[in-house]
Amino acid sequence: MRAFTYERADSARDAAARAASTPGAKFIAGGTNLLDLMKLEIETPRHLIDVNGLGFDRIEKTGDGGLRIGALVRNTDLAADMRVRKDYGVLSRALLAGASGQLRNKATTAGNLLQRTRCPYFYDTNQPCNKRKPGSGCAAIGGYSRQLAVIGSSESCIATHPSDMAVALRALDATVETVNAAGQARAIPIADFHRLPGDTPHIETALAPGEFITGVTLPKPIGGRHYYEKVRDRASYAFALVSVAAVIHKDGTGRVALGGVAHKPWRVEAAETAMPEGARAVSARLLAGARPTHDNAFKVPLAERALAAVMMQARTA
Amino acid sequence: MADLPELDISRRGMLGGGTATVVIAASPVAAAQDKEPMQADPPAPIPLSFEVNGEKRDLTLDSRTTLLDALREHLHLTGTKKGCDHGQCGACTVLVDGVRINSCLTLAVMHQGDRITTIEGLGTPDRLHPMQAAFVQHDGYQCGYCTPGQICSAVAVLDEIGRGVPSYVAADLTERPRMTDIEMRERMSGNICRCGAYSNIAEAMAQVAGERA
Amino acid sequence: MKFDTPAGANPIDRTAVVGRPHDRIDGPLKTTGTAPYAYEHHAEVRNPACGYILGSAIGKGRIGAMDLAEAKTAPGVLAIVTAQDAGKLGKGKFNTAKLLGGPDIDHYHQAIAVVVAETFEQARAAAALIRVDYIRAKGRFDLAEELKTAPLTGNSNGGAPPKEARVGDFEQAFAAAPVTLDATYTTPDQSHMMMEPFASLAAWHGDELTVWTSNQMIDWGRTDLAITLGIPKEKIRFLSPYVGGGFGGKLFLRADAVMAALGARAAKRPVKVAMPRPLMANNSTHRPATVQRIRIGATREGTITAIAHESGSGDLPGGRPETAVNQSKLLYAGANRLTAMRLAVLDLPEGNAMRAPGEAPGMMALEIAIDEMAERLGMDPIAFRVKNDTQVDPEKPERPFSERNLVRCLREGADRFGWARRDPRPGQVRDGRWLIGMGMAAAFRNSSLVPSGARVRLGRDGILVVETDMTDIGTGSYTIIGQTAAEMLGLPLNKVQVRLADSRFPVSAGSGGQFGAASSTSGVYAACLKLREAVAQRLGFNTTDAVFEGGTVKSGNRSADLADATRAGDLTGEDKVEPGDLEKKYQISTFGAHFVEVGVDAYTGVMRVRRMLAVCDAGRILNPKTARSQVIGAMTMGVGGALMEELAVDKRFGFFVNHDLASYEVPVHLDIPHQEVLFLDGTDDKASPMKAKGVGELGLCGVGAAVANAVYNATGVRVRDYPVTLEKHLDRLPGAA
Repeated sequence: MRAFTYERADSARDAAARAASTPGAKFIAGGTNLLDLMKLEIETPRHLIDVNGLGFDRIEKTGDGGLRIGALVRNTDLAADMRVRKDYGVLSRALLAGASGQLRNKATTAGNLLQRTRCPYFYDTNQPCNKRKPGSGCAAIGGYSRQLAVIGSSESCIATHPSDMAVALRALDATVETVNAAGQARAIPIADFHRLPGDTPHIETALAPGEFITGVTLPKPIGGRHYYEKVRDRASYAFALVSVAAVIHKDGTGRVALGGVAHKPWRVEAAETAMPEGARAVSARLLAGARPTHDNAFKVPLAERALAAVMMQARTA
Repeated sequence: MADLPELDISRRGMLGGGTATVVIAASPVAAAQDKEPMQADPPAPIPLSFEVNGEKRDLTLDSRTTLLDALREHLHLTGTKKGCDHGQCGACTVLVDGVRINSCLTLAVMHQGDRITTIEGLGTPDRLHPMQAAFVQHDGYQCGYCTPGQICSAVAVLDEIGRGVPSYVAADLTERPRMTDIEMRERMSGNICRCGAYSNIAEAMAQVAGERA
Repeated sequence: MKFDTPAGANPIDRTAVVGRPHDRIDGPLKTTGTAPYAYEHHAEVRNPACGYILGSAIGKGRIGAMDLAEAKTAPGVLAIVTAQDAGKLGKGKFNTAKLLGGPDIDHYHQAIAVVVAETFEQARAAAALIRVDYIRAKGRFDLAEELKTAPLTGNSNGGAPPKEARVGDFEQAFAAAPVTLDATYTTPDQSHMMMEPFASLAAWHGDELTVWTSNQMIDWGRTDLAITLGIPKEKIRFLSPYVGGGFGGKLFLRADAVMAALGARAAKRPVKVAMPRPLMANNSTHRPATVQRIRIGATREGTITAIAHESGSGDLPGGRPETAVNQSKLLYAGANRLTAMRLAVLDLPEGNAMRAPGEAPGMMALEIAIDEMAERLGMDPIAFRVKNDTQVDPEKPERPFSERNLVRCLREGADRFGWARRDPRPGQVRDGRWLIGMGMAAAFRNSSLVPSGARVRLGRDGILVVETDMTDIGTGSYTIIGQTAAEMLGLPLNKVQVRLADSRFPVSAGSGGQFGAASSTSGVYAACLKLREAVAQRLGFNTTDAVFEGGTVKSGNRSADLADATRAGDLTGEDKVEPGDLEKKYQISTFGAHFVEVGVDAYTGVMRVRRMLAVCDAGRILNPKTARSQVIGAMTMGVGGALMEELAVDKRFGFFVNHDLASYEVPVHLDIPHQEVLFLDGTDDKASPMKAKGVGELGLCGVGAAVANAVYNATGVRVRDYPVTLEKHLDRLPGAA
């Protein structure tokens, strides 16, 4: 871990301004992913701005009947909020499927969105990786890729986004709210927040330098039954091979987003029109154009089967 | 051997722990990154005070020092273990203001004013905490290295269930969780025991949960 | 004492302390975090410097140049040691690869430098500033490819011919058999992943070196450290009072101890070094992958007439094979037999012992094959095993087993587990989404007695102190050694103090090969016999009929307090146990049966273990509580091996890709259900003076196959490549609807 200076921020705007004006600055909140990466010198900030004292730790009703989740609300607290449990069960379940109790107690809403990939080649600094070191190549292509992306990947990168929470947020059409160094706020639809790798896999989100996430907004509840089906070898404390976030209504319509298959939570709204036809029809549209590797070709049928399991539960509930 | 000439880094130099310094065939971005020098003057150490096991402690620490290393190396509270240093095993679990966290993935300087409880604060060999006594009775450990983390986590898990914090295995998210075997096993899953004492740990926890109920 | 005749009646038979489920005597220390592990000896060494290991970035090749300039001037740096400036180093006799690489690189993450700095943070940061220019060489990284031309090899000692073991005419018998199986199974490279990383604290005093480390074998480690450093063994004190797991990974001297010693010499200060977790899998040893072909021929009635087990594995040049055919020489009868191994040269990290080397992967294959054969015969898999039980070594029928109660294990386990409820037709039982299956496998692992010494001293304070360099790696050594000494002197356990794992104590068996418990307690037994003689002598009692009980000594009609004997001063006894030739006359092994019930998600193919039972036949159980823990721990590791554990090989660059605890998955709490263990009552008087054998590895041997067989019973899809992960059966699962 490289040496860095450290400060505690007093306001979001000041934090953003400091981040924009200080070379190599980064925000730190929960730190559960950032410090992990700093120890390996995958992240090498020269200045850390501790934003834990800024508030943004409340979950509040919005004017249109939705919820605004502060950026610093801990994953445990978000999952345990009774409004989330009742009206946004898919989010609660996704959060609880992620990491461990200890990590969820530290990890924040914003930090969860900003998690970096768990691709083992990204994590091994001896290996070429376009995400970690642009232009160096991708060792995962042609290497061990069982966990990696099957769709939306590129010649530069086949990494996945590891978040469970983000997959649920995608299904819920959440909005990410930010403030920049100039104090301007903006709202980024979750669909646009994470990027596909293309030939710039090191650019992972729509955030500008110094831009600070203040919260995430959920639209008013859409009802339906909420599911988060996470498939993994180990029963707990493991990243998804494939996950399915779904909200399914009595008439069989609904929404589906997938985790573990792409560089971002994977949702194709047009595929959802096929939901009354069943998992195969949805999956065919959702994963059309998938380009899996030899190691992870199973993820395509697995996603369909996991979706079928969810639909079966919805039918029999 | 796969034919991936663009990945052939055999003639390149590499930075030891990290990014490759490219002697031949460097990309400009990489070269620029690699030449970034280490800061000449290390940042000044940062003063910090917090409460550990009921005692106020003052330290002046490198900003990089994790809470785990502050406890182990600076306070010599070595009961909290370093198993992986990356949040992958749970051996470093401590309670901060009553909440369990991995002390390896948090900086000490982020805990100004916090109240920290480690395994040494739960009980001593002569005065075991009920959870420590239950671990001994049910042989909920073997090599003992993950044990302090397991016990800190176990104490916190019973508290979390008591407070109604839900878990992934909840059948109905809106119901209060109960002290069931599966609830405890799911919630303890962030504490790896390679000796495989899980079945005994579950029994130790069930006993303490029963005594509390 | 030489153990060359079966143990007669002896003081251990009283089992007033031995054989009882005592809580661990080290429990209060371990559960309060006050037991000091290797990196934690702050009381003995104040303010040590910290060393950080740099591992090679390539799997095979050499270092062209190393530039240390920037690292040397980094804040806090005291010294950097590389192969260039370490002086001449030897290689330990138990090490296949050098522990400090350079300029030649033998494997990925081989240590190439240690950076010593005032603090951990400084050492880690400086290590990243070392610039290394590598020249990559072509390496051999693909086991299947290299096995095509790999030669036959002898035993695990690299040993002498014959390279094939043959009885009768296998080929002819197999060709003539009406029912046959010819199948190939694979097991992957596995990592020990003990919770405590390799860690050492080294302090020089002049030319004398003290090393607190985490090692299973004090004398091996000390000897190899002396060879590596080129100093006399007597100059080294080597200690491991607490070891945070080993599983074979800490049998040998590793880089942490060498780097700490070299770093301390260079920095002229005590230095401590812990191996970063992401380096462990490639820097150290692993259980090698195997490719195993098994052929079985039987009569229609289920009598095995031909059995062949051939295994291939790989290792670095000069390395050894994974002896996966061991159990197939002994477990089942059959007149015509063949076992053979091939050893390929690989440039991957060093393959070596991991818990039950040989049998663990061997049983994973053999016990699926037996299940498959039973199905072909239309027989219950237990009945098939019972029919082919043997009470003699099938290769040398004049050599009986000392004790063998495999059939009892199978039958009692079947009763206890409800085996009769199993539907032998696969894919028939459903519980909602879950396909339910039951499977079982035999458990088998050899037992051996190895030389082990101890010293016991009865003090005037009434405390009996036991000293031996035996280690407790979670196995319960502290407790069973205390129980043994207490039993021998007729004292309660709380009057015994056990001191372990210091090279100043008599050399013991150490912890390995499931020989530790029986051997080390036998050494203590031998020492206690000497002490009893000294006590009797001082009391003027007849040694041979003296009875030590309840703090008194009785002989004939005379009786005295044990304390009377020490009034004139402490009394000491020291001895060691040495095996005779009983292991030549008898085959001494441990047996068991594993039963598993699994659920397989009909939709996703995910597998979860629902119930587990082990029945073990391992002679006298010295402490049923700690022995049971050994078995459930092994069962847990077996579930990992069955369902998730695999070091993924990058065959282009030659390294294990998933080299941390997030990407190399081992079971967590939620993977493991309640586990049940039954021990058959019994003693084996030919195994050891304690009449005990080992259980720590027995508990693992067969678990993987029992899980795999249960999965097959649930799904009807036979998977022969471990780990059994969902993609291997997903496309063939019975209908999800």
